[in-house]
Amino acid sequence: MIDKLSWITAYPEVVLLVMACVIAIIDLGVKTPLRTATYALTMLTLAVVAWMQADLALGAQTTYGFENMVVSDAMGNWLKCFATIAVMVTMVYGRPYAAPRDMLRGGEFFTLSIFSLLGMFVMISGNNFLVIYMGLELLTLSCYGMVALRRDHVVATEAAMKYFVLGAMASGFLLYGMSMMYGATGSLDVNAVFKAIASGKVIHQVLVFGLVFIVAGLAFKLGAVPFHMWIPDVYQGAPTAVTLMVGGAPKLAAFAITMRLLVEGMLPLALDWQQMLMVLAVGSLLIGNLAAIAQTNVKRMLAFSTISQIGFVLLGVMSGVVNGNALSFAANAYSSAMFYIITYVLTTLASFGVIMILSREGFESEEIADFAGLNARSPLYAGVMAVCLLSLAGIPPMVGFYAKLAVLQSLIASGESLYLGLAIFAVAMSLIGAFYYLRLIKVMYFDEPITASGVVAPLDVRVVLCANGALVLILGILPSGLMALCGSAIRQMLGT
Amino acid sequence: MGLLSLAIWMPIAFGVLLLAWGRDEHANAVRWFALVGAIASFLVTLPLYAHFDASTAAMQYVEKNSWIERFNVSYHLGVDGISLWFVLLTAFINLVVIIASWEVIKRNVNQYMAAFLILSGLMIGVFCALDGLLFYVFFEATLIPMYLIIGIWGGPNKIYAAFKFFLYTLLGSLLMLVALIYLYTRSGGSFDLATWHALPLSGSAQTLLFFAFFAAFAVKVPMWPVHTWLPDVHVEAPTGGSAVLAAIMLKLGAYGFLRFSLPIAPDAAHEWAGFMIALSLIAVVYVGLVAMVQQDMKKLVAYSSVAHMGFVTLGFFIFSSLGVSGGIVQMISHGFVSAAMFLSIGVLYDRVHSREIASYGGVVNTMPKFAAFALFFAMANCGLPGTAGFVGEWMVILGAVKFNFWIGFAAASALIFGAAYTLWMFKRVYLGPVANGHVKALVDINAREFLVMALLAVAVLYMGVYPKPFTDVMDVSVAQLLKHVAISKLN
Repeated sequence: MIDKLSWITAYPEVVLLVMACVIAIIDLGVKTPLRTATYALTMLTLAVVAWMQADLALGAQTTYGFENMVVSDAMGNWLKCFATIAVMVTMVYGRPYAAPRDMLRGGEFFTLSIFSLLGMFVMISGNNFLVIYMGLELLTLSCYGMVALRRDHVVATEAAMKYFVLGAMASGFLLYGMSMMYGATGSLDVNAVFKAIASGKVIHQVLVFGLVFIVAGLAFKLGAVPFHMWIPDVYQGAPTAVTLMVGGAPKLAAFAITMRLLVEGMLPLALDWQQMLMVLAVGSLLIGNLAAIAQTNVKRMLAFSTISQIGFVLLGVMSGVVNGNALSFAANAYSSAMFYIITYVLTTLASFGVIMILSREGFESEEIADFAGLNARSPLYAGVMAVCLLSLAGIPPMVGFYAKLAVLQSLIASGESLYLGLAIFAVAMSLIGAFYYLRLIKVMYFDEPITASGVVAPLDVRVVLCANGALVLILGILPSGLMALCGSAIRQMLGT
Repeated sequence: MGLLSLAIWMPIAFGVLLLAWGRDEHANAVRWFALVGAIASFLVTLPLYAHFDASTAAMQYVEKNSWIERFNVSYHLGVDGISLWFVLLTAFINLVVIIASWEVIKRNVNQYMAAFLILSGLMIGVFCALDGLLFYVFFEATLIPMYLIIGIWGGPNKIYAAFKFFLYTLLGSLLMLVALIYLYTRSGGSFDLATWHALPLSGSAQTLLFFAFFAAFAVKVPMWPVHTWLPDVHVEAPTGGSAVLAAIMLKLGAYGFLRFSLPIAPDAAHEWAGFMIALSLIAVVYVGLVAMVQQDMKKLVAYSSVAHMGFVTLGFFIFSSLGVSGGIVQMISHGFVSAAMFLSIGVLYDRVHSREIASYGGVVNTMPKFAAFALFFAMANCGLPGTAGFVGEWMVILGAVKFNFWIGFAAASALIFGAAYTLWMFKRVYLGPVANGHVKALVDINAREFLVMALLAVAVLYMGVYPKPFTDVMDVSVAQLLKHVAISKLN
């Protein structure tokens, strides 16, 4: 019997599901090329859901529902709230981009987005290995569909195929690892698995065997080296609006399941997964930054930049446990990782927004050379892009600096010389990273424009993009609120 | 809002307004607005001096608000005798540079003016910050406007210069960031400078910290052998950029030594003083010789800046009140003189579009008023008594002789090199018969350029003749600093 509390735990998801179906049906009657009615209804739904999540998050209650299958806590609710907003922003940027590319012939762009968001919600609030897996599949299946939305476009179709094959393999990894865990502990419930491992009665080899597959699956989804091969191809191949849908909000969900699986479920195995995360982080920082230098395509460059940024997030997750002691370091480390991923998504939204705004019908503005002299054509958008790039490079006073600072601080706070070495390595890598971000700024500001034409964009895109860019700077000047939010959310999750 | 906040945020606010509403179609309005902003920003720094209490070493005009609770970072501002003059100097140089760039800049005028206004606000922030992270944020943020200034309005090889400037200085400051976080952890979660000053540290920790700070500040000063970015950047930067870079930005590094390296790691500073003195002397003597053979006027002045900044670091690391005060005075005077030197070169460059010494000769015949100013600034650059350049160098040499005769001797010999390269350049550019058609066609400086030159000349002369107001405010603070540095922090 489903009790009332269960519904309270999951009512935003229910609203989302119902509205996704309603919108899919209503869309059948929409005939305008920009699908304004569908768009408006979608935005309204998402705004309501975002408000619901924020309201739940502010309540700061941890409730479990459906026989412990799902959990509603502050971390999850904030991440869901931000994911919803990220999807809304993506749609604002994406609609004028998608329309001339024949992607709004049906309402799939909107309905699939809502379904992918629902997938993220399920991932974030899943408290059971299978529920998490189900959410992940819902998300990735919707994403496969969206990447292939331009079905007569060769590159996009190829990207969709690659994404699907590799994504399916990653899901297989994850599922295999989960079944190992189930075999070893006899439960799929995250808390029960934790208790079983902590009791020390479970064979360690089997656990580690399963853990390797789970970490590999997570690394695939996050895009950490050496499981990163799909990221550049999908980022480059997918239509930019979809790239943002795949590379933006889902990162928040991927972070959430990392926390649920590794921290809430398998913290007693921290010594094992820490080493794996360390290798992944070092590889991501190294390959991501070095490969980004060689790129001539902005989307591909940002893809490699994503890989390197994920390296930083993993360093944050990794530094939560020092010598088996999680009490004094965990909250600090995980909240830095959470702050990092939220600000990263915020910055990514604005940078891809600029790429979309520069694209016109029949012209994709995605080569670095296409950005030449942007400052002369539109100082505003050049400014937004510059702020984002400086933020990604970690230059103060942009918000990206505080994200890097928080992660470095949690590494150095451990007092371990190995971690100190990792911090210095990360710093050296961000110096390399600064080079390619600066190169794009150079192209925008120092080079002569190839065309004198200005940049035109609809009012809603302009307003949201300016607000988004300004937020990167404003959060850089006043980062305190968001940091406190991440801190209290993580502390609540850890129960300290 | 306190005076210091006003001094920081007023130019930044004007800069942001210019970015938002300035367009090249109404460039003149943009210029006047920028001038109003610069004047207002300079005026708000004047009360700082007027109400300054020189009898105490404590921080004054202190503002402290919680900024980032998570890291216990506060928006903590204050000035003492060491930093006071740099706030005024920054605002003054900014004003001068904005007047000097009036007609020269024709493209993206609003961005140019905004970059300088924002840059000056950020640099004042560096001098006022009493919180390690706040300092770092201002310190790093200055790179962004300078990068754009060099890259957008610079010379033919501007892109190379802009990248070299940014990445070189970023490399140094990232190591400082690690040091700051380490100090934060060691001090039990505080970024407060006063807490760090009092924090006991082991010898090896101090050495590591000293070199992490060294990486950031030595690159910025710049000290030999990490000075190689400066000549390249100066040559390519627009005149205003060079002036601000030499006059203020280099001082950020030297100031960092006084605020961070010396008081936080005093034992390491004493231990490595010989090393620092050696580097400083190499800068003074060797780089002085390098300056002599330059064919490019800007490069020559850039190398001369490195040599002059060598005096500053030399003064700091002999740990005497004469040396440290002399170093600070030298920083201020070099701020006036180097800005004047670069702006003089700018006057010629705007007319002839060449920085080569060989393209000139006999300028005095066609530009007598300008040549008089140029001679005066050249004299100040070689440290003629009665000009600003003399005071600081004299104090440092005196301090150095007391510390060790031969060090003083080597430093004093640099005065000869300084005179040699500056006067030889002056002779080749200004004296003799008119060398070519370009020089023949030169017109003397207009009222605006005269104003720029006169403002700087008055400052240089005043400081040379009556340096008391400059040294008076810093005496107590310097004594306090030296007292602090003399006490070992080893635990």
